[in-house]
Amino acid sequence: MKRNFLRRNDLIMLVFAIILFAVLQGLIEGRVLSSFWQLNLLIIGINVILAASLNLINGYTGQFSLGHAGFMAVGAYVGVVLTTNFSVPFGAALVAGGIAAGALGFLIGIPTLRLRGDYLAIATLGLGEIIRIVIMNIQYVGGAAGFKGIPHHTTFAWVFFIMLFTLFFIKNFVNSTHGRACLAIRENEIAAESMGINTTKYKVMAFTIGAAFAGVAGGLFAHAFYLITPASFTFMQTFNYLIMVVMGGLGSITGSIAGAFVVTFISAALASWPEFRMIIYAVALILLMFYRPQGLFGYKEITNMGIFRKCFAKGGKANG
Amino acid sequence: MEVTQQVLQQLINGISLGSIYALIALGYTMIYGIIKLINFAHGDIYMVGAYIGFFSITQAGLGVIPSLMISLVTTGLLGMAVERIAYRPLRHAPRISVLITAIGVSFFLEYTSMYFVSPTPRTFPALFGDVAVDFMGIVINGQQMLILGITAILMVVLTYIVQRTKTGKAMRATSFDTETAELMGINSDRIISITFGIGSALAAVAGVLVGIYYNSIDPLMGIMPGLKAFVAAVLGGIGILPGAVVGGLILGVVEALVSGFLSSTFRDAAAFAILILVLLVRPTGLFGKNTKEKV
Amino acid sequence: MDELLQAEHVSMVFGGLKAVSNFNLHLNKGELVGLIGPNGAGKTTAFNMLTGVYRPTTGSITFAGKSIVGLPPYEVTQRGIARTFQNIRLFSELTVLENVKIAFHFHVKYGLIEAVLRVGRYFREEQEIEEEAMELLRIFHLEDKADEVAKNLPYGAQRRLEIARALAAKPKLLLLDEPAAGMNPQETHELMEMIRWIRREFALTILLIEHDMSLVMGICERIYVLEYGEILAEGTPKEIKANPEVIRAYLGGE
Repeated sequence: MKRNFLRRNDLIMLVFAIILFAVLQGLIEGRVLSSFWQLNLLIIGINVILAASLNLINGYTGQFSLGHAGFMAVGAYVGVVLTTNFSVPFGAALVAGGIAAGALGFLIGIPTLRLRGDYLAIATLGLGEIIRIVIMNIQYVGGAAGFKGIPHHTTFAWVFFIMLFTLFFIKNFVNSTHGRACLAIRENEIAAESMGINTTKYKVMAFTIGAAFAGVAGGLFAHAFYLITPASFTFMQTFNYLIMVVMGGLGSITGSIAGAFVVTFISAALASWPEFRMIIYAVALILLMFYRPQGLFGYKEITNMGIFRKCFAKGGKANG
Repeated sequence: MEVTQQVLQQLINGISLGSIYALIALGYTMIYGIIKLINFAHGDIYMVGAYIGFFSITQAGLGVIPSLMISLVTTGLLGMAVERIAYRPLRHAPRISVLITAIGVSFFLEYTSMYFVSPTPRTFPALFGDVAVDFMGIVINGQQMLILGITAILMVVLTYIVQRTKTGKAMRATSFDTETAELMGINSDRIISITFGIGSALAAVAGVLVGIYYNSIDPLMGIMPGLKAFVAAVLGGIGILPGAVVGGLILGVVEALVSGFLSSTFRDAAAFAILILVLLVRPTGLFGKNTKEKV
Repeated sequence: MDELLQAEHVSMVFGGLKAVSNFNLHLNKGELVGLIGPNGAGKTTAFNMLTGVYRPTTGSITFAGKSIVGLPPYEVTQRGIARTFQNIRLFSELTVLENVKIAFHFHVKYGLIEAVLRVGRYFREEQEIEEEAMELLRIFHLEDKADEVAKNLPYGAQRRLEIARALAAKPKLLLLDEPAAGMNPQETHELMEMIRWIRREFALTILLIEHDMSLVMGICERIYVLEYGEILAEGTPKEIKANPEVIRAYLGGE
């Protein structure tokens, strides 16, 4: 019975997602949404990927990383070079960008994940900046002036289905023995180790997967614009994703989706008042830490909350 | 000869810049030592200090020293207020929560300042004209002399406070073991508050000095020096005051050499590379001692 | 005799301070052995060396015929030594069931791809893990708390959960660090029965550190006494009770 329930949960979410896609795609085709909001729809989807992948590292595995924008940059630049200079198909370029970012994450992760807490945070922030500065000094990709003439490949369908894949990937990962190993590391590293878990391996694994998805998201991001510059990938960008993750809940995919949606929406709505936007984020962050440090959703997912189960489930424990 | 001269010139530039880092790093290291928090907002405190100095000089028409004093006092109070409002309620919260709060405070200071003073950089009045000492082709200008002089004075004052006064002893005790210090009758809340005050005051001085040195200030000027000062503090061994000074000076010199002989775009990368190297090779820093979690 | 664990001349020095010196201990398969001694005698340090948390300064430790010195803790566990902690170390924000499921980790065969795509062995193995975990919870009277967050359990139940979790790693040797600490006499008595029972049921060898003398004397077949980091005496409970050295250490030491 339980086994069926797991699959049914997935199915319900999938059906729901496809309906959502049809509606949004309809709104785009019917030109109901202005081009400004169309672009923001893309950005929301991309941000969901970034927030969920950062959550895998920071929330589920408890390794506080601030280098996400760097991995995003790697994916973006590898992607645009492949599509623009080598006419590689878009999908393949995205995958290549993801692999490149993941590989870099793997190499960086092995030495740095020995560090803990705030030290890891600063070290990853520094590494993200180093990546950016190195890109800034590569003339082949335009240096500080940026990379021009990127083909506009990123459509809503690309973003939506890659986002969906990311979410299912992370959800299934978290609900497996590998994901549980990551949770154990977050909860108590010494106990995790004494339960036979190779903690370094799983920290690096989570970090690599997170970096790879950030790379794919970077590719999607880059192909939504004509020009990208290294300035689009500063650690301020990472803070943006951090705000989404913290707001939604460190350890909740539902939370990351909600966080990405809310933050992107606020940013878009307050685009003309950038100071206010940042002040609102600042105050929100501080108040959250005071009154609800676990974020809006805590460790909960929509699929195991009362309302969802009442609507769709007949019994049994939700796990998906 | 040419090359030695250049190296020496960069050394002077590096020590000037390094003194600024040292002043900021002192605050970082004191605060980390006492409540184990990377105060992300520390760089922004330094920015606020620069603006207060700027307005004292330009709007109120005060001299450098009075402006420094005003900036030092008000910014010190600001640091205490930040601690009281944002950090004290989280004294027993997980460290990551406090770190996130610090990031929030940092944004808050940056963007409220931006709202009030506008994002456009302000030009600091040139105070020293062409005062400069030329020693065998190596130039030390007036701003640099001011920076070195004031930094030296502040180091002496700080050493006196920490080593000789009752408050300083209480600070050291609290940083060593807060609970035991409290049992000895030390009001740790008060000591933490004073630590924030002193640390912020030092950052404020650094802010004004940087304004005078580079002639330009803006609301986001604190981000990079803040991070680099943290690097300096880690390099010297976090929580150790002389370590912060040495770390700051080393970082300044390395940066000057990198921008002088390689490329100024790699300047920031050098600082972070140092950080990562230190964390991997000797996470306790140059002067730190090892501790291990008890099982 | 069938020897499972042997520690010979093991010493641990922390910055010039000898926490344990010349520690010798052997365990035969199926034995239930106690390690006692005054506070600070080095009992937990000994545990930490046996489980790979500390690397002994000198000496050899062999488990099932192979040296385990220098192995990281997770590899020691994978060889078949599981433990509990003196200061409980549960995965406190996770549910009771998840705590136990985690410990099956290194027995799981499905890989990352199978997990993410949910194909192959994933569902079958997850089902097995869930059933086995529930079975363990039943043994420790925790089955109706399966979905509760571990940190909300009462103290005694947390101790039991730690043992259940250690058993989920399917060890040959179980090390219990003060399992009865903080329990009342009634709970301690139940725990005693339970330890006896799991040893038989799971064919375990057990080494336990304990302060509660009634528990140690009641269930252990052999006892080691540690004082100032050295083995002071070894023998059956009867011999230990009669040993003048031990009496001196205890009456003088505590």
